[in-house]
Amino acid sequence: MRTRIIVFPGSNCDHDAMHAVKNVLGEPDTEFVWHKSDSIGSDVDLVILPGGFSYGDYLRTGAIARFSPVMRSVIRYASEGGTVLGICNGFQVLCESGLLPGVLIRNESLKFACKEIYLEVEREDTRFTSELDSGEILRIPIAHGEGNFIATDEVLADIEANGQVMLRYCDAEGQVTREANPNGSLNNIAGIINKEGNVMGLMPHPERACESILGSADGRRIFESLQSHFSASLRGATKERRSNLVLQP
Amino acid sequence: MKFFAYIAIERKEAILDPQGKAVEHALGSLGFREIENTRIGKLVRLTVDAATPEAARAIAESASEKLLANPIMETYSVISVSDESVLHSTEWMGNE
Repeated sequence: MRTRIIVFPGSNCDHDAMHAVKNVLGEPDTEFVWHKSDSIGSDVDLVILPGGFSYGDYLRTGAIARFSPVMRSVIRYASEGGTVLGICNGFQVLCESGLLPGVLIRNESLKFACKEIYLEVEREDTRFTSELDSGEILRIPIAHGEGNFIATDEVLADIEANGQVMLRYCDAEGQVTREANPNGSLNNIAGIINKEGNVMGLMPHPERACESILGSADGRRIFESLQSHFSASLRGATKERRSNLVLQP
Repeated sequence: MKFFAYIAIERKEAILDPQGKAVEHALGSLGFREIENTRIGKLVRLTVDAATPEAARAIAESASEKLLANPIMETYSVISVSDESVLHSTEWMGNE
């Protein structure tokens, strides 16, 4: 799985994402791409937009990063079916760029929320969640001041009707309640997918929940879902790509 | 010619403004019973090089559409285009 992690000035969860994919999942072809590059490279399987405070969250979170040179390449890649995972600030950048609907605004409490929360898995039939079960409860940390997902009534209805909600904040028993919502997000939405199924954004940090020593390894199976999605397609790879893989150390 | 374009960016009315609410309560505690509602927005000042104020306004609007305001949750208004800085005053810089 060839993974590229975009780094904006102010991104600070890029190394956590690198550790999760390269070390924990054991994927050697995982590299950073600085935001000034005009290309993410070729034959990329997965692009990760990591968490952090790109451009200091100036103007609006993700608003300026969305126009970084590398984003032209990312947007083209996504529109051609490439897989993009936006985590926290990455989710914000995806919404600002229009690759995902809606927008993330300041937490309703006005406080930065930094804690472990529970998520209910809504869809198991996507490349991001194939290793998970619908209705399963995940324990994953959040760390955000602007995680409040909102959209107009029509867009929200559309998102729900199309089954684009991937994850919802819930309590330990899987009940989706107001109390379990850490930031005021409409319908307790924590993560969504685009209509085409190749771009996902979520506010929680699965890359910080890949090893049980950190408190939870529930996030690991999101990356493993992607891993198995790309090994399946590797089996159908062209002869040239297979021989390139053989040549890699 | 140089123009100063001031753009006010506000959250749409339907969007909750917890910051505005917090400030509203603070104003209430200070005794401002007459203030019924407070909402917090942003003020952006652009220095625009253009031939006319209308051209400068058009540029300010375009910048607002493209970047300064997110239409999902914000509205913007170019509230002033002038060849003088409206808010800046040298007297403010401590020349009491």
